[in-house]
Amino acid sequence: MKVKVISRSTDEFTRERSQDLQRVFRNYDPNLRSQEKAVEYVRALNAAKLDKIFARPFVGAMDGHIDAVSCMAKNPNHLKGIFSGSMDGDVRLWDLATRRTVCQFPGHQGAVKGLTVSTDGRVLVSCGTDSTVRLWNVPIPSLMESDDSSSNEAKPLAVYVWKNAFWAVDHQWNGDLFATAGAQVDIWNHNRAQPVNTFEWSKDTTISIRFNPGEPNILATSASDRSITIYDLRLQSPARKIIMRTRTNSIAWNPMEPMNFTAANEDCNCYSYDARKLDEAKCVHKDHVSAVMDIDYSPTGREFVTGSYDRTVRIFQYNGGHSREIYHTKRMQRVFCVKFSSDASYVISGSDDTNLRLWKAKASEQLGVLLPRERKNHEYLEAVKNRYKHLPEVKRIVRHRHLPRPIYKAASLRRIITDAERKKDERRRAHSAPGSMPKDSLRKRRIIKEIE
Amino acid sequence: MGSKVVNEGLMNPMFSVEHQENVEEEEINVKKFLRGEVADFKVVRDKKLKGQLELREELYRKCAKAAAKADKWLMPSEGGFLEPEGIEKTWRIRQEAIGPEVDILSKKNQYDIVFPELGPYTLDFSMNGRYMVAAGEKGHLALMDLKKMDIIKEFQVRETVRDVVFLHNEKLFAAAQTKYVYMYNDSGTEMHCLKEHGAVSRLQFLRKQFLLTSINKIGQLNFQDITTGKMISNFRTGLGPLGRSVSDTMQVNRFNNEVAVGHSKGEVSMWKPTSAVPIYSRPCHMEYPVTAIAFHSNGHLMATAGMDKKIKLWDLRKHEVLQTLPGHANSLDFSQKGMLSAASGSYVQVFKDVFSTYVNHSMPKGYQTKKLLFRPYEDVLAIGHSMGWSSILVPGSGEPNFDSWVANPFETRKQRNEKEVRALLDKLPPETIMMDPTTIGCVNPTRKRGMPSQQERDAEMKAAVKGAKNLSFKKKTKGRSKPSKMAKKKQQAIIIAKKPFLEQQTKDEKDLLSKKKRKRIGEEIRLPKTFRRFSEAIG
Repeated sequence: MKVKVISRSTDEFTRERSQDLQRVFRNYDPNLRSQEKAVEYVRALNAAKLDKIFARPFVGAMDGHIDAVSCMAKNPNHLKGIFSGSMDGDVRLWDLATRRTVCQFPGHQGAVKGLTVSTDGRVLVSCGTDSTVRLWNVPIPSLMESDDSSSNEAKPLAVYVWKNAFWAVDHQWNGDLFATAGAQVDIWNHNRAQPVNTFEWSKDTTISIRFNPGEPNILATSASDRSITIYDLRLQSPARKIIMRTRTNSIAWNPMEPMNFTAANEDCNCYSYDARKLDEAKCVHKDHVSAVMDIDYSPTGREFVTGSYDRTVRIFQYNGGHSREIYHTKRMQRVFCVKFSSDASYVISGSDDTNLRLWKAKASEQLGVLLPRERKNHEYLEAVKNRYKHLPEVKRIVRHRHLPRPIYKAASLRRIITDAERKKDERRRAHSAPGSMPKDSLRKRRIIKEIE
Repeated sequence: MGSKVVNEGLMNPMFSVEHQENVEEEEINVKKFLRGEVADFKVVRDKKLKGQLELREELYRKCAKAAAKADKWLMPSEGGFLEPEGIEKTWRIRQEAIGPEVDILSKKNQYDIVFPELGPYTLDFSMNGRYMVAAGEKGHLALMDLKKMDIIKEFQVRETVRDVVFLHNEKLFAAAQTKYVYMYNDSGTEMHCLKEHGAVSRLQFLRKQFLLTSINKIGQLNFQDITTGKMISNFRTGLGPLGRSVSDTMQVNRFNNEVAVGHSKGEVSMWKPTSAVPIYSRPCHMEYPVTAIAFHSNGHLMATAGMDKKIKLWDLRKHEVLQTLPGHANSLDFSQKGMLSAASGSYVQVFKDVFSTYVNHSMPKGYQTKKLLFRPYEDVLAIGHSMGWSSILVPGSGEPNFDSWVANPFETRKQRNEKEVRALLDKLPPETIMMDPTTIGCVNPTRKRGMPSQQERDAEMKAAVKGAKNLSFKKKTKGRSKPSKMAKKKQQAIIIAKKPFLEQQTKDEKDLLSKKKRKRIGEEIRLPKTFRRFSEAIG
């Protein structure tokens, strides 16, 4: 007869020296494990609770301005620096790590309405209500490191005075041109004191402007006649225009999908559009209770941050209808500008109370260098939480956010109002001839018309 | 030139056949790791969701494939086997014949330990099969390390010990003594005296929920959480009129962590800590007490033995008998590889693959078996009997490849402590014990979009009428709220509540009638109204 019995020799299954790693053997047979799903569910619940325990998104505030912060600009070449301009003409460069002012750029007489940095990070362009455009030299990072507390003052490279007040400015990607928005859209070159080109559609002011990161010649603007216009620099006339029901305060292009942009609107929603097909919004992002003032995309293209007049900062998924996260503080008043940091880890908000605030993009993220084992553990907990986040107990914990009372009340009021409108609409439809009242989706409803 | 082409033609089919065989072999194994069928996505209407679910399914398939490949190529050990040659039969091969054929380490696992005056012995193994605790009825408790083959601690409690069970690892075990249940340390220190259990006859431990279960002679089932010390629940399991059917046999189904209790009238009932009524109760042996129960690790098979000289194998999904075998069984146990062992008197039988006899072993006449236990991850069967305990070799019964993170026979102290902490973090609440543990996280099958059934509609109408009856009307002044008027108003409210349901009913009846009519008449000309009743009478 042939017989064999399981016999394991200890050397094969244990380590030789104490410096060696312990040996791990795996058998993936499901029969060895019972009640796997229940264990996963318990882990998901614990992960959701731990997430909430470690959720401390506020990193710090940068104060120094003496008037509301009206605009901010990121330096594409330097991660730690951010420029901010305030309503009294004060432009500052901040170091995010120490949260101190590195350099000040005095000169503007009125409010600074727009700030932008050229793609190579050398030149800062600022424009304001005193009808001037000023160009500054951005101090080199090595110098910034050496100076601790003394804040330098820089002299402008150039000052260009023009006819009317400016509302916004944006720099072309990988190019030499920048565009300002005011009574009309002007295209400037660094070296020329007058605009190279001007676009004008109607007599209304243009209030925001954004160049496309993928196509350097395309830019989107929004005007006070509730329109969003897309211009091509190579053409003489604007390419496309849509008119909505309410004004758009700011536009941001998706850096990973450059044909899509999201517009932050006065009616508390953000609308994502495909620039090639403007007759219908791709997605409507609803969650704010007051006008959305500013919007910025994360460099991953998967999320964007919005700041609104209702004193909150929200982070949305690029295709999600509702916000993933909301940040608010008692001390933070109307948020006028927001920026997503270039490493997708932080969000900076500039608000009415003269402070810039630095927040974490993922509230419970562990900062600093993670060991590979820690990172794997975080990834596993995230994955198991996402698998069970639809079940009621886990969903309740994951969704839970503390809202300030005015926002909670405003949100429920809005819900009641929209529910009532919808019910009335349905009743009208039910009592009228079938087909006489066409149903239109929210994505189309807010657009009045599209013009070529 | 021509021959070359022919050769290539011949080669290719061979390769493809071999490749196909390999592919098929892997396919079979992939199913083992898939954990169920692929879902049907036709019912999902939402395109975004459908895309996400299909991506998930793709990932599951990849995982299962990787696991199947690892299973095929990366396993360190191979299972045991016993192959007879010629006209030999496996059950005629005795332990003395197997002994010399195996290596020295395995031969050490065949032994008989005799303590004649210390009473029948029960045993329990720790989860990794390395430690064993043996308890003699006269009070002898011994904790042993089977790798080193030495006794860690043995002591005498000077009371009757009816059952002993390991808790979550080898550091703690519980013994059911005369009056109470005691918890001991591995150094023999008495840690706790669990008075709430009282004098119990059987103990079991639910590892995932950390629940110590006990049943006493009159059939009271206790569940205690040993991490907090709280008594979760306490049930009387007596079935039948006046609870006469008492129970003494208890076994845990490791697949879904339910406790099965065998009754003296032949029923087997399954219990969970959160309900006072059994989940499931089945008469297994008619009117004869159930003597032993055992569960297969995949949760589908159950073996029961009764005093009616039958051992029955049940399929738990279909709730029917698969096979019946004649014979008594004092104790039953399934091994990790699915072998069933049955012991009666001094005779032990091991069955393989649904009741084909594999190995038999008979002990000297004086030894009456009390408990059979397969040792996890080894090809060893331990027998506790009236004179002590023995251990025999059963090739092929144990799982050769262990998973370090489930149970590690070569655990170090640090690994054991880490495992304890992790197990406590993953401790399941008692509500997770259910008949089919895979339903957690599953989607409820949606109701068909079509009409709700008549029952549901009636229920809805009743609910609406009840709501209308509960309406309270504002009392008006100046004689406008007379009782007659209020009564009328209430009646009106009920009629309004009923209206939509009655309308729906008439509409459905109309639709049904017209459909039936149209079917019958079909091609024929539609008769004028006056003649229609004649067509109905004829048709």
